[in-house]
Amino acid sequence: MAVPITYYLILSGLVFVIGLVGVLIRRNIIIILLSIELMLNATNINFVAFSSYLGNLSGQVFVFFALTVAAAEVAVGLAIIIALYRHAVSINVDDFRLLKW
Amino acid sequence: MTLPLADLLAIVPELLVVGAACLILVLDPITPASKKDSLAWAALGTVFLCFLITAGSMGDRVFAFNRLVVLDAYAAFWKLLLYLVSGLTILLSLTHLKEERIDLAEFYGFVLLSLAGMMIMVSGADLLTIYLGIELMSISLYVMAGFKRFEPRSIEASAKYFVLGSFSSGIMLYGISLFYGTTGSTRLEEIAQGVTARGLDDPLVLIALALLVVGFGFKVAAVPFHMWTPDVYQGAPTTVTAFMAVASKAASFATFLRVFLEGFGGVKPNWNGLILAVCLVTIMLGNIVAVVQTNVKRMLAYSSIAHAGYALIGLVVASSAANGDPLVARGVSSVMLYLAVYSFMTLGAFAIVAILRRGGLEGDELDDFAGLARRHKGAAFLMLVFMVSLAGIPPTAGFIGKLYLFMPAIDAGLTWLVVVGLIFAAVSAFYYLRVVMVMYMREPSAAQLQETRLALTPATAVVLACAVAGVVILGLYPGPLVAVTLSSAIPLP
Repeated sequence: MAVPITYYLILSGLVFVIGLVGVLIRRNIIIILLSIELMLNATNINFVAFSSYLGNLSGQVFVFFALTVAAAEVAVGLAIIIALYRHAVSINVDDFRLLKW
Repeated sequence: MTLPLADLLAIVPELLVVGAACLILVLDPITPASKKDSLAWAALGTVFLCFLITAGSMGDRVFAFNRLVVLDAYAAFWKLLLYLVSGLTILLSLTHLKEERIDLAEFYGFVLLSLAGMMIMVSGADLLTIYLGIELMSISLYVMAGFKRFEPRSIEASAKYFVLGSFSSGIMLYGISLFYGTTGSTRLEEIAQGVTARGLDDPLVLIALALLVVGFGFKVAAVPFHMWTPDVYQGAPTTVTAFMAVASKAASFATFLRVFLEGFGGVKPNWNGLILAVCLVTIMLGNIVAVVQTNVKRMLAYSSIAHAGYALIGLVVASSAANGDPLVARGVSSVMLYLAVYSFMTLGAFAIVAILRRGGLEGDELDDFAGLARRHKGAAFLMLVFMVSLAGIPPTAGFIGKLYLFMPAIDAGLTWLVVVGLIFAAVSAFYYLRVVMVMYMREPSAAQLQETRLALTPATAVVLACAVAGVVILGLYPGPLVAVTLSSAIPLP
């Protein structure tokens, strides 16, 4: 018997909220980056689950695009973090406070 | 599998821009330093060519790529505005990048890539294309914000922009996935049907709508999703700030309006209260916090937040009117007009900040403007024009923009919102005119009197001339542009 769609939705909702809370409360920028990835992957779970539930493929196509974009984003993000580390010798977001009002 | 020629012809401008961007990125390392400027001119030429193509093909509504892409007058209007802004940014960067000692031709490649993303956004008819456009624009802008990679502030701005930008994209993407689940498609037309069929107050649709409002709120820098804006605008190189403040805001607004009115027009009562609340707090907070800023770039960042709040009035009007009511088209056209006007005046103000930047001297603190009128009469006068226009005082374009936003709002019965807008426009006059006061009334220091050179070249002069011409001409003679916005707003239901 197939797993009901609600289970997938609960799983993806949980993963999404874990990512969301991670971005908001963690101070290490690498962990923040990983939390954002969790949010994106929660979305992918949703797309694949809905795709099989609705019997239409466009959700799975969307996942491929989302994965590619996430990879590009991480590449740029890690480059920025390396440049940042060279200046601040830190990856704790509390240390970055040159710009504050 | 083959691509139909008709589809490819529909996206010729996008292909040209992406092609030119790739070519510039490849040619950059093998071009001798003395000839790097030619790559910038190539970028400018591409943008100009695309302007001609899009202006020539402005017309009926055409779909391409199995309804992933739509070409209509609405998209064409925004593309023309984006070409103009990108062209002026390239011209301004020609001088500014040399002053900043970051004269790398790859910069122009990123401007074009980001422009391509914006073009895909404004002509996206499917949440997939729209998402891809938003990401292409944002990722290029993350890189551009950190372009002064030897300066900690620029890198910090880039990192903040990256974290909050990809965070908001993640939230938006989750909303898109819920729409796919509830309606079975990511195509705006089918979402519209699916959402209407589900009716008002469907919990999944409500959650998805809220997530999309958050995502777009981040992109247009509306309160309470504006935290990144001042930091990023202050830290990024000035020409990048100008590009972000104008082009990315315009493209995000264009997409925001299309997605919400075209896709979710059937359940307007579910989201118009949310937009109204965001609009109200954005106008209030943007203007109030701008008052205490001492850095001109940061002040302009808060002012751009406040202007986003004003532009949202147009969406509030369009969302409170019933579908098919002429007020919808008037609300949309007022946003288009406002952002066109805002582009000229904001670009002009940032161009003045950019020409004040000379080696070693920041030029973006309010103190740097002290006695500017005694040192550089012309620059001070142009800044006066831009400030007066940003404050919305007649006979400048800023006044016309606000007038055409407020008129449909009054007709839609939102007089109280207009009153709030006017009160905070008065608050904004305080901080804009403070810049004028500092330029004309405050004595410059002895060191400042010694500094006589402006980073003014023919290229920057052209940018300033375009900006001031836009502000003055649209202020005195807005009729033609108003007619264009009204006729291009029609494709939206």
